[in-house]
Amino acid sequence: MDTRVTKKKLGLKDRYAAMTRGLGWQTTYQPMDKVFPYDKYEGIKIHDWDKWEDPFRLTMDAYWKYQGEKEKKLYAVIEAFAQNNGQLGVSDARYINALKLFIQGVTPLEYYAHRGFAHVGRQFTGEGARVAAQMQSIDELRHYQTETHAISHYNKYFNGMHHSNHWFDRVWYLSVPKSFFEDACTGGPFEFLTAVSFSFEYVLTNLLFVPFMSGAAHNGDMSTVTFGFSAQSDESRHMTLGIECIKFLLEQDPDNVPIVQGWIDKWLWRGYRLLTLVAMMQDYMLPKRVMSWKEAWEMYAEENGGALFKDLARYGIREPKGWKDACEGKDHISHQAWNTFYNYNAAAPFHTWVPNEDEMDWLSEKYPDTFDKHYRPRLEHYRAQQQAGKRFYNKTLPMLCNTCQIPMLFTEPGDASKICYRESDWRGNKHHFCSDHCKDIFDHEPEKYVQSWLPVHQIYQGHCFKPGTDPTVEGFDPLIAVLQWYEMEIGRDNFDFEGSQDQKNFATWRGQPMEGAAK
Amino acid sequence: MSVVALSTYDFPAKDVRENFPAPLLYIGWEDHLMFCAPFCLPLPPDMPFGALPTAVLAGVYGEHPDFARIDWSTVEWFKSGQPWQPDPAKSLADNGLTHKDAIRFRTPGLTGIGASFN
Repeated sequence: MDTRVTKKKLGLKDRYAAMTRGLGWQTTYQPMDKVFPYDKYEGIKIHDWDKWEDPFRLTMDAYWKYQGEKEKKLYAVIEAFAQNNGQLGVSDARYINALKLFIQGVTPLEYYAHRGFAHVGRQFTGEGARVAAQMQSIDELRHYQTETHAISHYNKYFNGMHHSNHWFDRVWYLSVPKSFFEDACTGGPFEFLTAVSFSFEYVLTNLLFVPFMSGAAHNGDMSTVTFGFSAQSDESRHMTLGIECIKFLLEQDPDNVPIVQGWIDKWLWRGYRLLTLVAMMQDYMLPKRVMSWKEAWEMYAEENGGALFKDLARYGIREPKGWKDACEGKDHISHQAWNTFYNYNAAAPFHTWVPNEDEMDWLSEKYPDTFDKHYRPRLEHYRAQQQAGKRFYNKTLPMLCNTCQIPMLFTEPGDASKICYRESDWRGNKHHFCSDHCKDIFDHEPEKYVQSWLPVHQIYQGHCFKPGTDPTVEGFDPLIAVLQWYEMEIGRDNFDFEGSQDQKNFATWRGQPMEGAAK
Repeated sequence: MSVVALSTYDFPAKDVRENFPAPLLYIGWEDHLMFCAPFCLPLPPDMPFGALPTAVLAGVYGEHPDFARIDWSTVEWFKSGQPWQPDPAKSLADNGLTHKDAIRFRTPGLTGIGASFN
């Protein structure tokens, strides 16, 4: 009798090797360098691509299975949330503005990350790195989709979320996250990895996701918590990949060290500037607070990041150049950013407000050295003005930093009463910066940043009006024309939270839910 | 230093003077951070510098309680961070201001809401 022989299944390690390393090839009728032109020109030397270890050894078949299960759970929660009118369970309608910031400024970055990883995944000659990048590319695309799906429920009930893709390419403050990723995607593939996998994912992503998701949990938004968890399990894989790729680069050749150091200096600072939006969200936009930006910075950046840079010292890597200034900024940036959006809330599709007395006391407690001295007086002034019917809106366009594209709102290190101005001349033109580090980034690659699409300058160049707009007609209001080009709903998406449609609707839904039915 | 690229990397700068209807001037009011950042304004180069306070700055900074109290004869000016003495009778251009210059003014004795630099 014949015994059936079953083929032994491959072990995890062999299967991983077969499904990643086995996917490469050597070109025959075209030179390798012509087919893969990108992985050499930055000067990074790779001697042995097989030293690249994907820490999760994830293969595509395992990936589909694992992610499919996660998606099922995620969509079950989103569905239940929608059916139970979960939007009514959040702490306060002010909280929804954190979600507006997320769908406007963070979700499109997931899409950019997807594009960036798809690009580098095509370009590396090493198969391990190529597969890892492709897998992350799919993750990022999924994040873009699940975040959009989860937040689309809120979009049915609240303003400021209906046009986020259109806004991403136009609205002034969204040029900050947009330029970050465009800068990364137009760097070489190794610079992209250092920027996104290492600096952003590994060093800074906790500062992005933890405040948003714990903020959501504290404020009763279980839908966001769920997509946060779903994304966060990928983020931990991305983080591990981030540290792996930086160690790989540093171990391959000592000549890589100074190149990588330059990128770390640049991308830590660019990422830190981008997170200004998150700092503001955390200290001002969550009606139920989780932890202050300062506390989050101390825990995730100073402790974790500090330990990391000590760890990397054995490769010859030092602390990033802007580190000390970034640490000093923990006492200031959330207040300075909120003031900016309070100033320019006519042109921003989310609401701002003056924190109430309890919230100001919380800020005083969390920022004992700075809040009462520098920031409380103007908030109290704003409140008095608003109560007198003269809510302050700044109507003149601000000066922007040529590198990070943020209005020049940051103060001098060591002196919170003085705006920090820096400038460079290049080929007969002046360029201005918010800090030594943004200036350094420009000075290193001026050819790149003289192309910055600075929203204020573009408005003055006449590029931000709808086709057919005639700026010479009598009574032309440039601000209104720009908002029309943004396709913002003026009077609904913008202006103070007090008196907004969001505020009124939410009060009606929660306070008098039966009124309509009784009638 | 310059960009490392696969091939020639040379693109026109977006913000050269020719692209604007008038040269840009950046203006900041020291010690008054209620206005979150300095301003960016396209201004005709033949405008007399002395017209700035009434023709421009009143509309820009007028909402601040300190603005009406400014004694313009005591105001200190800075250009690119250095002390600077403009001639109010001369035009912006004749005062040496060119596209994307950054100037600031300090109003001695006026340091914002409750002297909080706001």
